[in-house]
Amino acid sequence: MAILADRNTRVIIQGITGREAATMPQEMLAYGTKVVAGVTPGKGGQRDHGIPVFDTMIEAVEKCGGDASVVSVPPLFAKDAVMEAVEAGIKLIIVLTERIPKSDVIEMLSYAEARGARVIGPNSPGIICPEETRLGYLGGSNPQKAYKKGPVGIISRSGGMCTELANILTRNGIGQSTVIGIGGDPVVGTIYTDLLPLFQQDEETKAIVLFCEPGGKKEEAAAEYIKEKFTKKVIVFFGGRFVDKMPGMRFGHASVIVRPGYGTTEEKIKLFKSAGCIVVENYSEIPQVLKEVL
Amino acid sequence: MRLYEFEGKKLFKEWGLPVPDGELVEREEELLKGGKKIGFPLVAKVQVLKGGRGKAGGVKVINDEGELLEFGKKFFREGFLGKPIKGILLEKKLDVEKEFYLGITIDELAKRNCLLFTRGGMDVEEIARSGRVLKLHIDPFTGLKGFLTKGFFAKEFKGKTLLEISEIAVKLYDLYIKMDATMAEINPLILTKEQKFFCADSRIEIDDDALVRQKGNLERFNIPLREEKEREPTELEIKAREIDQLDHRGVAGRVVEFDGDIALIIGGGGASLTVFDAILRYGGKPANYCEIGGNPTVKKVQKLTELLLSKKGIKGVAVITNVLSNTRVDLVARGVIKGMLARGIDPSKFPVVFRVPGSWEEEGFKILEKYGIKYFTRDQTMDEAAKYIVDLLKKEA
Repeated sequence: MAILADRNTRVIIQGITGREAATMPQEMLAYGTKVVAGVTPGKGGQRDHGIPVFDTMIEAVEKCGGDASVVSVPPLFAKDAVMEAVEAGIKLIIVLTERIPKSDVIEMLSYAEARGARVIGPNSPGIICPEETRLGYLGGSNPQKAYKKGPVGIISRSGGMCTELANILTRNGIGQSTVIGIGGDPVVGTIYTDLLPLFQQDEETKAIVLFCEPGGKKEEAAAEYIKEKFTKKVIVFFGGRFVDKMPGMRFGHASVIVRPGYGTTEEKIKLFKSAGCIVVENYSEIPQVLKEVL
Repeated sequence: MRLYEFEGKKLFKEWGLPVPDGELVEREEELLKGGKKIGFPLVAKVQVLKGGRGKAGGVKVINDEGELLEFGKKFFREGFLGKPIKGILLEKKLDVEKEFYLGITIDELAKRNCLLFTRGGMDVEEIARSGRVLKLHIDPFTGLKGFLTKGFFAKEFKGKTLLEISEIAVKLYDLYIKMDATMAEINPLILTKEQKFFCADSRIEIDDDALVRQKGNLERFNIPLREEKEREPTELEIKAREIDQLDHRGVAGRVVEFDGDIALIIGGGGASLTVFDAILRYGGKPANYCEIGGNPTVKKVQKLTELLLSKKGIKGVAVITNVLSNTRVDLVARGVIKGMLARGIDPSKFPVVFRVPGSWEEEGFKILEKYGIKYFTRDQTMDEAAKYIVDLLKKEA
């Protein structure tokens, strides 16, 4: 079993008719995702790629059902969209939108958490459970080329690296159980420590790969959790080791910035190693390492 | 966007937080006038956007006009740590009994805002490391209210001082939320011998992603929008930004210039970090960091390529990305080739490598073959492509 979603998960796309969503709805349908409805306030009654569009989430869920939603709306509307999904009873909300004001992010995450809903993102590329379902845009128009079902879970701070890592595993005959892009922002709803327990319980997952970056404290928390509670093999790769030498400068994601002694890759790697994780220098080594541990 | 101390204090005043009497002096000639207004002894503080000002001599107790002129002359003429200063803030010297740190910022692990308090005016990093910090996570829907702050501070303060500091925290949070701050710090918060609190410094950062809705507020306080930078951008970096803004489609920019000889056109947030590391690891010298993604136009990629190749001493080009989801391989290939041709470079003779698999890759590979360019597919990793270009340049040297 994959974690978070599977082929039966009914998905609603919020912002389905918007520029940001682009070809994603079509691609999700093509991958087999059960997209049951879309929501764009003011465009209720239309159809998009054959999917019925509603004005509100409540109406969409009433008419079509829904377990998860994918949010692709402009930044200043994202908070409302997420809270509306929570109110409609959605339990898994994937937020693709980037550049949402932080105080909106904190409000919407808190609102969701209090009502038992999980938010992935903002600034997430989505999740993919290979050969089951895809929520978001991982793999673009051709996900089956990079992703294949199998025993390895992937959690990544980078969307591009989700597909890159899955691709080299697939090339080497190693499939994936679930691949999650948690989002490149400093504050996101789901971090490594929220996902590790799910992978721990998932019988299909035998090992996990983490793509990490400098900045923040999410890796430190993950290392602590792994040391105490996680029993499966963990392979860790860092992009951006060079950032340690350039405190105060931001590279790539909004969260990739280090201060002297805070958020450095060096410190994070030390903690992962002491937690028993395998930290590789080149991501090219990952398939070989996995073959040895699986 | 980080605010200057004096800008932060304008906000403090507006929110009713206690600030010492102060005067901002923006030119050397106004020093004495400012000094007279505040009266000696006073504290003079250079206005810069960097932390660690005190340690570097930018904050000083001034006893008379002579000392003031000496301090002012030095920093107005020489700048502070190599940068011109915005001004010097003169403030009444306080009769300090105790110093505290009071701040609000985001706790990314709790996904909440968090009130932080500790004794002693340490810097933020020291505070984080010391572990001797009192923390209060704030429910965004309850907010930070008096009943919470009184309980929070009750172990440290009694009577009137307890009420006063509780009120300061409540006001600071109100400011923090209404201004879309991601950090609001009073360090130090001073308790004087007369048992009055004063905010002796301010550090406020406004969320860049909220500037669109904070424009009006910032204008009202006469705080101009500005870009944050660790150093002045180079000419190349400025030109790259202009190229990125040619149109709204995709990213082809975010350049940081380095001292090397390999022009990098690399993709995505995490992937570009990975490629940059790989080039360094194999012994290559990147001439730049950059990012492309979100399906930029051919024109943007072309202009970016031309710009990166215009840097002196470029010996090779590496176009390396992760397996692309929505950026079209053929468009990237076209853009880079056009850029090389426009600089009079024959792509079949110049050291260049492509590793750009993903959407429209068959079309892209055809173009690359036509121009005799070495390329890798998704069957090889970004590491292999990085090693290839570095080894090629070593051979040529």
